[in-house]
Amino acid sequence: MTSAILISILMTLVAASTPILLAALGELVVEKAGVLNLGVEGMMLTGAVAGFAVAYSSGSTTLGLIAALAAGVATAMIFAVLTLSLTANQVATGLALTIFGIGASSLIGAGFVGRTITRLGPVFPEALAGHPLLRAVFGHDIVVYLSLALVLAVSLFLRKTRPGLVLRAVGENDASAHAIGYPVIAIRYGAIAFGGALAGLGGAYFSLALTPMWADRLTAGRGWIALALVVFAAWRPGRLLLGAYLFGAVMTLELQAKAAGITWLAPELLAMAPYLATIAVLTMMSLGRKTGRLDAPACLGKPFSAS
Amino acid sequence: MNQPREQEVPPRLALAHISKSFPGVKANEDISLSVRPGEIHALLGENGAGKSTLVKIIYGVQHADEGTISWDGETVSIPSPKAARRLGIGMVFQHFSLFDAMTVIENIALGLDEAVDREVLKARVAAILDSYSLPLDPERAVHTLSVGERQRIEIVRCLLQKPKLLIMDEPTSVLTPQEVERLFETLRQIASEGCAILYISHKLHEIKALCEAATILRGGRVVATCDPKLESTKRMAELMIGAELRQIEHKPGAGAGAVRLSVQDLSLAGEPPFGTDLEAVSFDARAGEILGIAGVAGNGQSELLTALSGERLASSPDAILLDGRPIGLHGAGQRRAAGLACVPEERNGHAAVPDFSLADNSILTARHRLPLAPLGFVARGDVLRFAQSVIQRFDVRTTGPGALARSLSGGNLQKFIMGREIGQQPAVLVVSQPTWGVDAGAAAAIRQELVDLAAKGSAVVVISQDLDELLELADRLCVLNEGRLSAPRAIASLGIDEIGLMMGGVHGAGESTGATHA
Ligand SMILES: Nc1ncnc2c1ncn2[C@@H]1O[C@H](COP(=O)(O)OP(=O)(O)O)[C@@H](O)[C@H]1O
Ligand SMILES: [Mg+2]
Repeated sequence: MTSAILISILMTLVAASTPILLAALGELVVEKAGVLNLGVEGMMLTGAVAGFAVAYSSGSTTLGLIAALAAGVATAMIFAVLTLSLTANQVATGLALTIFGIGASSLIGAGFVGRTITRLGPVFPEALAGHPLLRAVFGHDIVVYLSLALVLAVSLFLRKTRPGLVLRAVGENDASAHAIGYPVIAIRYGAIAFGGALAGLGGAYFSLALTPMWADRLTAGRGWIALALVVFAAWRPGRLLLGAYLFGAVMTLELQAKAAGITWLAPELLAMAPYLATIAVLTMMSLGRKTGRLDAPACLGKPFSAS
Repeated sequence: MNQPREQEVPPRLALAHISKSFPGVKANEDISLSVRPGEIHALLGENGAGKSTLVKIIYGVQHADEGTISWDGETVSIPSPKAARRLGIGMVFQHFSLFDAMTVIENIALGLDEAVDREVLKARVAAILDSYSLPLDPERAVHTLSVGERQRIEIVRCLLQKPKLLIMDEPTSVLTPQEVERLFETLRQIASEGCAILYISHKLHEIKALCEAATILRGGRVVATCDPKLESTKRMAELMIGAELRQIEHKPGAGAGAVRLSVQDLSLAGEPPFGTDLEAVSFDARAGEILGIAGVAGNGQSELLTALSGERLASSPDAILLDGRPIGLHGAGQRRAAGLACVPEERNGHAAVPDFSLADNSILTARHRLPLAPLGFVARGDVLRFAQSVIQRFDVRTTGPGALARSLSGGNLQKFIMGREIGQQPAVLVVSQPTWGVDAGAAAAIRQELVDLAAKGSAVVVISQDLDELLELADRLCVLNEGRLSAPRAIASLGIDEIGLMMGGVHGAGESTGATHA
């Protein structure tokens, strides 16, 4: 009985963490290339609404996921054109992108409010996930497994592959990378597109898996948590996974406490917990650092123009 | 011997009527030159003469407005560095193209066009480091390396590609005589294998020793071509600056004044993780003298400078005395106010804020001794006047006090920074690599100002890897080696071989016995 409860908590935790993990992983790659895209929340929302609209109209959640990817990339491209080709300020453009995403998703989603679709189901057949313990391993939907595979892939890409090395070089010193002959702008376009795709997918996870029903501002600020998570993880995919699941755990805590009828602890305090955890971990990390050098890519947020 | 070959073999590289303009400047105008296979060709010129621009055009970083480039007799276009490397052109940049947070081996890998297995690359790098006797740890992060070590990464990057034309933009400024001699041997060997070399340097005796042809640029145009082996260095310098070269006037018998800066048993842990510990460093600098501190970068130079500037404090107030007053625990601002000025080696980012204007950069250090910001409010007019006076007195080529520090060439920024400090009439001036990458005319001007400052009663401490400079400037000389400072000796009693060997001892003594200059 208790194990069943634990498993169900675990399932909620994983589900709550996955969209943040996806969006943060995309942003991590973007920032490693030296670009700060604060529009994660906006890209998540356009992904969420596009995914829902397509899934609702076609009846296929797979098509919905693909549409979400495309919508995320399209939104990200607005940012890329403005900041890379027109060298607009990245912070201002990113904030504007979030506001744009909120507005666009409200507009497109207006006709869908309250409509429901069939939730994105587990990948593996019921037989494999019958026992509670098996369910913890095999009971998730495709996006969860995809997100875990992507963490591994991004980690290997950045550490072990040559394109990954070049991407980090572009984020570390864009002028040098340009002088050696790497196409800085093209690489950043690619990174931003990847970030948009993952943010769109993360957003769609809300509308297709977590709450298979459209509501305005469905992502509820999770894009901002994803942004914080990248710093929290010191731009490392492994730590990002840890951080995302930690956030998921703390967010689930609030729900579980409510469900268990715990009244002596104000729910507001529990809602604060993820942020307190962030501050605590960030402080511990900077205390532990000896070299005094930040892990942030040196060119993060700086505009670049080839002369 | 080369005569018949010259007729048969087309030049490796031939430039015809190359012009290139930037907004407001004609960086290159109608430049033609050719380099044969196996030739070491010097490109000479003052700061801003257009040398770097020209070689960047050859390397595909920039594109000529007019003119043609031919390679082995065929007209080519070089749209990108990658295309240049495909032709067989390698380049060591004046401003390193390095990635600070990454390791040496990653930096080298980034300089290659094709992916090479890490272990294979490591072995190839080790072989090159070994055969050219370059000490460098492939696993260290670049931000922990000295300038000299960083430069080696660039050199290794090029050598890995077995180039047919090697371009070196001022490669030797930070090497010891032994290292320069070793590099020259390497370059001669590369040239003897048929590779052409285009060599930019301000050091005329190096060009005499190494190069068989020279093209001299001034104001973006070719003013002369000559055989540096036959031409005198003085004549080449004059062609280069278009005027008579100033000789430094030394006042003999200096150094007899009172002790102005006294350092006693100064010990300091090296900057983690790879710094060098300073071990009981002691010296005196007297009014009217220039004390030279020789040594290869990475032997405690940056630690010594930060300890003197006050960026890091000594363990007791008495470790550093300025005019007899203990200042070991004073911070950088207090020390400046007391009259101890320091100029670090790194111009952009340490001595100056790259994105600040020259005027704002002068407030940063000069406000302690000059009334540039009384009561904390910036006196804009005085600041502009001070910056303008430095620009004029030191002949800084720039658009004015409003120009950003990063927009100046290295040599011009150095002139400005030196001027900013000297203009404050400090009691003691400590300067690291005062003329690194600065052309002969400007270097002579900077050295003359140092001599004049000392003559007015200040003590000047010059930390440098450039022995010629120290021999020209210093009254007394000591060597910083692995964090320990040797006892100072009067310059007259020392030969360059002797000092060179003291310095070179760091990287394995006895390797080179012929530390002589040509
Ligand atoms: N990217 C650039 N934009 C504008 N002006 C430049 C640029 N690069 C060089 N210049 C100008 O062109 C001239 C030649 O510079 P450079 O080739 O660096 O000279 P050198 O290497 O001989 O010192 C200088 O006046 C410099 O200010
Ligand atoms: Mg230059």
